[in-house]
Amino acid sequence: MATVIGKARVEEPAAAPVKAPRRKHAGIQSHYPFWFYLPAGVVYAVLFLVPTFIAFYFSLTRWGLFSQEFIGLDNFRQFFNEPGLLQGLKNSLIYGVITSALKVVLGLLLAVLLTSQIIARGWLRSVIFFPVLVSTIGVGITFTILMNPQQGLINKTLEVFGIHGPGWLTNPSLAIYSVALVDVWKGVGLATVIYIAGIVSIPRDYFEAAEMDGATAFERFRHIILPLARPATVTVIILSLIGGLRSFDLIWAMTGGGPGFSSDVIASVIYKQYQAGFYGLSTAGNVILFFAVTLIVLPIFWALNRKQVDM
Amino acid sequence: MKLTNKRRPTAVVVGVAVASLALAACGGGDDGGSSGGKVTLSFLVDNSETSVATAKGLADAYHKKNPDVTIDVEQRPQGGDGDNVVKTRLSTGDMTDIFMYNSGSLFQALNPKQTMVPLEGDYVDTLADAFKQSVTADDKVYGVPFGTFMGGGVLYNIPAYKELGLEVPKTWSQFEENSDKIKAAGKTAVIQTYGDTWTSQLLVLGDYHNVAEQEPDFADDYTAGKAKFADTPAALTGFEHTQEVHDKGWVNEDFQSAKNADGMRMLAQGDGVQYPMLTFAMAEVAANYPDQLNDIGFFGIPGDDESTNGATVWSPGGIYIPATTEGDKLKAAQDFVAYAASPDGCQAQIEATPPQGPMGVTGCDLPADVTQVVKDIQTYTEKDGASTPALEFLSPIKGPALEQILVEVGSGIRDAKSGAALYDEDAKKQAQQLGIEGW
Amino acid sequence: MNKAGSRASRYWLGGAALVVTAVVFVVPFIFILFMAIKDRKQSSLLDFSLPTSNNLISNIVEVIKSRDYMLVTAFINSTILTVASVAGMVVLGAMVAFVRQRRYSRWNRLVDLLVLSGLIIPPAVVPTIWVLQKLGIFRTLPGLILIEIAFGLSFTILLFQAFISTIPKELDEAAILDGAGPFRLFFRVIFPLLKSVVVTVIVVQSVFVFNDFVNPLYFLPGDDNATVQLTLFNFKSQFTTEWNLLFTDILLITVPMLVLFIFFNRKIVEGMTAGAVKG
Repeated sequence: MATVIGKARVEEPAAAPVKAPRRKHAGIQSHYPFWFYLPAGVVYAVLFLVPTFIAFYFSLTRWGLFSQEFIGLDNFRQFFNEPGLLQGLKNSLIYGVITSALKVVLGLLLAVLLTSQIIARGWLRSVIFFPVLVSTIGVGITFTILMNPQQGLINKTLEVFGIHGPGWLTNPSLAIYSVALVDVWKGVGLATVIYIAGIVSIPRDYFEAAEMDGATAFERFRHIILPLARPATVTVIILSLIGGLRSFDLIWAMTGGGPGFSSDVIASVIYKQYQAGFYGLSTAGNVILFFAVTLIVLPIFWALNRKQVDM
Repeated sequence: MKLTNKRRPTAVVVGVAVASLALAACGGGDDGGSSGGKVTLSFLVDNSETSVATAKGLADAYHKKNPDVTIDVEQRPQGGDGDNVVKTRLSTGDMTDIFMYNSGSLFQALNPKQTMVPLEGDYVDTLADAFKQSVTADDKVYGVPFGTFMGGGVLYNIPAYKELGLEVPKTWSQFEENSDKIKAAGKTAVIQTYGDTWTSQLLVLGDYHNVAEQEPDFADDYTAGKAKFADTPAALTGFEHTQEVHDKGWVNEDFQSAKNADGMRMLAQGDGVQYPMLTFAMAEVAANYPDQLNDIGFFGIPGDDESTNGATVWSPGGIYIPATTEGDKLKAAQDFVAYAASPDGCQAQIEATPPQGPMGVTGCDLPADVTQVVKDIQTYTEKDGASTPALEFLSPIKGPALEQILVEVGSGIRDAKSGAALYDEDAKKQAQQLGIEGW
Repeated sequence: MNKAGSRASRYWLGGAALVVTAVVFVVPFIFILFMAIKDRKQSSLLDFSLPTSNNLISNIVEVIKSRDYMLVTAFINSTILTVASVAGMVVLGAMVAFVRQRRYSRWNRLVDLLVLSGLIIPPAVVPTIWVLQKLGIFRTLPGLILIEIAFGLSFTILLFQAFISTIPKELDEAAILDGAGPFRLFFRVIFPLLKSVVVTVIVVQSVFVFNDFVNPLYFLPGDDNATVQLTLFNFKSQFTTEWNLLFTDILLITVPMLVLFIFFNRKIVEGMTAGAVKG
């Protein structure tokens, strides 16, 4: 798992030698029939590829319930005038970057802590992982109440220390960050487990050699864990970046994009347009999200994987 | 759906691709229907307590009179999610045999000409004009009233008004004076509850009576794309008021996170004195604070001129028949709709839920023991020219983002003028989508 | 670093971690539990306090009964949805991963590209609804099951592919020499070996599908079709003043995942590590 996303590429050379003695293996090849692709391929093509392609056409139409009209790029023009959208694009970026950065840092630190010899290790692992399994909407509702500016537990606690807590979700410049923090709370357990898997798979000789050299804990972390857990980092970054850029449910449950439009992300703008019956406009939002995610994630993906091969 | 529940999960696993084709064939299916002269009609309503109670009351009363017809009440979510359900079910031909939905602009967005059956019969003439107007498309009437008219204005706490020696304001400047006094007395002058974003719209939508007094042609010009909120001073006033209540510090401390239910609690208990609201919210008070029910009164949002003082009213929702209802069911549905608009049907609705305002059928009078709020609304509706339907019942155009825009204006994030301009853009989108000329 | 020091730090660190996690991770769950035990009046205060009376049972009964037992329907729907779509993902995903990993062909690059696209590209909502409508499976459970499979395949394939690469090819060759056809080779020889990664896939995808809110919201609207996550969303608008019931619902729908967690807790990390550690 730790290496899942980076791996496919590294495997390539291993498969290549099969190419040369092709004739000899022709019999074996037929034991891996292409029709195994078929069931998955049909479902995937019909319900994912086809909609993705026709989205490009639909995004150029004014598409209501009962009529459809080709209007060229008007939807995109409109979308960029939408008060929520520019804000939404920015918020999606902020959200994706903050959540993936925090998950990398916290996930790695927690994983180091939870692979070292501390008490109650098993219990701690469970507790941190459990929020991953809980309903996002449930988490959203719970934290909306905990973050209530007047009665919420968080501000009540701050009050005890004489701090006047902010309106976590009601302050327009703070709302998106508050939701991002809750996202990290909910998702850091998965990042931690991925890192634990990555650290556990580092051969013990490295640590033994380091101990003989009298390396400090920090040196071990800096020179062994950090570089060798790199595939795990790739997985965590890619997964949480994709998740963060597309994120919708937590934001919808906690702020509904508000106050006003201040915590709207692209996905919530898409949903609002869909709700209002503006199907063409909503689909244009999808196309924009498509480009945003692809343009941001693909280069990072390539960069991270290339360096890994160089190592 | 039930059909698939019987399917063993393993069966689905084995041949998913094949199953998808097979299931496509039996996706539609028959949903009950007529057998041996008995007819079952499905009736879709929103899931608010009042709507469900009214629908069930109507259905039971009708079944008593016509034992051959049974009406099953189905529920759907309220608000935007509910709009969605209605729109998709109509557009896919999957609608219940009869359904309840808003009148006015939301009704127009359903494209009634294509999706609904127009109503005919003498009873159509007995519908109140203000209601009839809001369910008419191309001179044909499509619905009968479900529930009552309601007022959109200010709900106020009567004991607090008395204690502070205040009078019901007839102009906005009197309202300002009252609010300052209430604030000085240490109470919340104007309750706002942006935790439920829709509640932010009242000072704009409820001000329409005053807009219409100053600009009688506004609705038509607005529909034609000739008049806008941002450059019509009378229409801009509502946005300015929304900003003013915030800027002057009249609002409750937790206005950003409080919900409608919190607002009604503050009002009933007298912590807050004035709440711009629709009168249907009184159902909350009736349920949780029945002793305070008559401590709350209603007045229309005051304008600049005392002589044109009045209130903005909301039409009841309608009961409609989708074009997909046919044969025996259509006959039964038409009979049921006629019944709902008859004095008997109207009485059945009143018995099921206490009325929140006048009924939409002429000749159906309210009982004598109505609440103070309903009495206050009646003083407006019974006086000539003192009430005006809200803009959404006079024009098909209502932008979907008004509530978020007004939350911004009412929270000091955006000023009134730019809020109005932004809303004009939002409305333009709706108008284009509906294919209206002039946008 | 000397032994004594490391033992001290072991307790110190562990103790600190215990306190911090207790505050950060456990308190919210205690809050949910307390709210579900409270009565309507106390829960409306929204504060973190001990319940003054125990209403858990009556709250549960009331939540289950509300809206004509919608929660029961929702649990049935969610169970079918989760079991069927995860089973579909496991079988179809493993088949693809198997052929992709074992057979060299010029299709490989295309398969990789499609798998990667499935992981990255956000699904286009309205066009998907349009396709479902054309197929006559919009607003049906089978429709949503196929959607979940289509959206979940990529990640499943990646997990399987990484694992299958650790299974020696000699095993295949032996089975083929014994006269096994492709079907038997895969389902009898390879598939049983995938057990640990299958557990991982089941846990990860079950959590995803069971907790999925967005796809049912778009592709399976309507009260009859509610999944457990949608009940939460519906109750949120209905129980505006009955927070105790809302939190009882949160508690109830967390139970299945808690059970899954207790059963598979160790296997989760094991399965994930298995992909990384060869042999």
